[in-house]
Amino acid sequence: MKHQWFRAWIGIALVGAVTVPRAMAASLYNLPRGVTPVSHEIYGLNMLAFWIMCGIATVVFGAITWSMIFHRRSRHPKPAKFHENSVLEVVWTVIPFIILIVMAVPAARVLLRAEDVHHSEMTVEVTGYQWLWRYTYPRWHINIYSRLANSSLRIAPLNSGVSPYSVPHYLHSVTHPLVLPVGEKVRLLVTSKDVIHSWWVPDLGVQMDANPGLVNSIWVRIEKPGTYRGQCNQICGWGHAYMPIVVVAKPKTQFQAWVREWQERHRVDADDASSPSPQGS
Amino acid sequence: MTESVALPAEPHHATRRGLMRWITTTNHKDIGTLYLIFSLIMFFIGGAMAMVIRAELYQPGLQFVTPAFYNQMVTLHGLVMVFGAVMPAFVGLANWMIPLMIGAPDMALPRLNNWSFWILPFAFTLLLLTLFLPGGAPQGGWTLYVPYSLELGYSFPFMIFAIHLMGISSVLGGINVIVTILNMRAPGMTLMKMPLFVWAWLITAYLLVAVMPVLAGGVTMQLLDHYFGTHFFSVAGGGTPLLWEHVFWFFGHPEVYIMILPAFGIISEIVPTFSRKPLFGRTSMIYALASIAFLSFIVWGHHMFTSGMPVSADLFFMFSTMLIAVPTGVKIFNWVATMWRGAITFETPMLFAVAFIILFTIGGFSGVMLALVPADFQYHNSYFVVAHFHYVLVTGAVFAIMGAVYYWLPKWTGHMYNEFWGKVHFWLSVISANMLYFPMHFLGLAGMPRRVPDYAVQFTNLNMISSIGGFIFGASQLIFVAIIFATVYGGRRAEARAWEGAHGLEWTVPSPAPYHTFATPPEVPG
Repeated sequence: MKHQWFRAWIGIALVGAVTVPRAMAASLYNLPRGVTPVSHEIYGLNMLAFWIMCGIATVVFGAITWSMIFHRRSRHPKPAKFHENSVLEVVWTVIPFIILIVMAVPAARVLLRAEDVHHSEMTVEVTGYQWLWRYTYPRWHINIYSRLANSSLRIAPLNSGVSPYSVPHYLHSVTHPLVLPVGEKVRLLVTSKDVIHSWWVPDLGVQMDANPGLVNSIWVRIEKPGTYRGQCNQICGWGHAYMPIVVVAKPKTQFQAWVREWQERHRVDADDASSPSPQGS
Repeated sequence: MTESVALPAEPHHATRRGLMRWITTTNHKDIGTLYLIFSLIMFFIGGAMAMVIRAELYQPGLQFVTPAFYNQMVTLHGLVMVFGAVMPAFVGLANWMIPLMIGAPDMALPRLNNWSFWILPFAFTLLLLTLFLPGGAPQGGWTLYVPYSLELGYSFPFMIFAIHLMGISSVLGGINVIVTILNMRAPGMTLMKMPLFVWAWLITAYLLVAVMPVLAGGVTMQLLDHYFGTHFFSVAGGGTPLLWEHVFWFFGHPEVYIMILPAFGIISEIVPTFSRKPLFGRTSMIYALASIAFLSFIVWGHHMFTSGMPVSADLFFMFSTMLIAVPTGVKIFNWVATMWRGAITFETPMLFAVAFIILFTIGGFSGVMLALVPADFQYHNSYFVVAHFHYVLVTGAVFAIMGAVYYWLPKWTGHMYNEFWGKVHFWLSVISANMLYFPMHFLGLAGMPRRVPDYAVQFTNLNMISSIGGFIFGASQLIFVAIIFATVYGGRRAEARAWEGAHGLEWTVPSPAPYHTFATPPEVPG
């Protein structure tokens, strides 16, 4: 009898071990692994903490469940009398402490790396407004206003009668995306012109508040070309849900081409505009 | 000290009837009842706002409300639930139970007690009236971050004044609890012999007195910035908006423990009763409460990991926050050890207590994850956070309050509630609350921000599940009200010791507890 139970549990555990990570990998249910070194490390921390919590849950909830089943009055009519046990109490003070250290050490290490903006290869200024983002590339005098795309804007009003499913990336598409080169350490200087906003792109592992009058810096090094979406994450007025962020990462040569094309279109005649070289800025 | 406390020769009761009795009452049981009824009304007002939120989030696109009105609902839901529902419920329980549990005839400062309650209806009338002002109610979220909060228009001074009133009420209530517990215990009731609920409230009261003035100071600075040209929070004038975040969370973190420590006390009363076993590790439970309260003052920065604090501050707040898991763990383990090898029965209060232990622990798990700063860069302000604090506040604090109501209702009314309907209420609540809040973890991890009226379509399914859970949870609470009404007006007679496993002075007085109890101090069993 006991044997069968045991086998059933093993079976459930195996099915779980196969299906849960697969379900977790889909970013609908978990953090994205992302496309920057920091986002991978955050994902790793998230999973480390998750599995540790699962372990603790198994022990604690297991004990509660055991108690609920086997120590109910119908099965266990005579309650025990104990109400203290110094050894046990010391043990369950010390063990959590050790578990916390196991999480705190890697977390501190990742934090120090994530906050180290030294040796960045280019800089983009990110400025929040009610309700759009402005991206400025100081070296090339590029200035981009990035607001909610018209396709979403048409749908967003109350009872617009248009289905949000009718357009791709409803509320996650913009007029002009932030374009960044792949492989370069890009420093983002984040600030705001009115109220507090927050620049959050999960795939980049970056969330930074945009405070009026203050400048916060953070960095990204995108590993893969692609389009990465996020949105403002600090309540900033009725348009809070309508200031998405889209980052398009291009290989270096394509990025340089994009810079030239932008400059031609906007006829910027700055000296350093002709050669977008990837050196410190 | 205790001996010198004597009742006035002529008790004041029954001098007035009807409405005037309730307005002029100085009786701790009357005032406790007023607090509890007020809290229940606010729970439904705040809950109605939550229903608006969940209805709008049922599917993408805007169907019912404008974004501005949605933001008003989000803000008022937070303020009403925190200051109107959860805190007054605990103060109501404190008023009813602390004198009964320590063998005191009443609270130490009865007139002050009356005043601290009667401030509240005015405070919330002011706050809710802002819905009818041009421009509507406050929209900045209950955290009132500047400078957005300063853009509020007409509702702004109403909100500030309402918060001041709530703060005064809480501080006065806190002082009353401290003075009562320290001065009015029956002879022989030493501090270490006090019931855990009383201990939890003593510590909570100190937190209240310590931090409510901080909030009052903060909102006054906002008022000055708005109307008197100061620049506490504007960089242009030499201030910084981050100052508000620091002030608010220096209040705010102890505040969230103000809403959970009394719940810990309640669970520590209920679990031993229905396990028929003394509380495991009483002394360590008290020290754990005190450590949590102390730590609550040095962790406020974990609400601000994305605000751009220096990395050294991030590290400090990460480590101090993680430390809280140790005393909290001790409490959880001690409750489990109390159940261990008991003779457990599962009446409704015990069901809520067990659900509390499990679901509060889940809220604790996400709390530890949120403490990891780099991970917080992804979790911060997402629905993961919404899931976290609803697990600790609803399936934590609110479940503890409901458990307490079922536990002490026989003492208050003299009737037993209907166990069948109590269980129906419990099971509907626990299932629907998990349906409501568990999917929010996934939504947050997948990238959905909080406080948005509309969202990208990939979040639809989980939001639908959550909304359906929300509607069931909301409707289930009507059963709670019906049970309370039915118990007040009828039901099986309750004995003095309503639960066979219950200990403590409150069970030595008849049920319902007479209007005046412990006119002479009781014997405290050695």
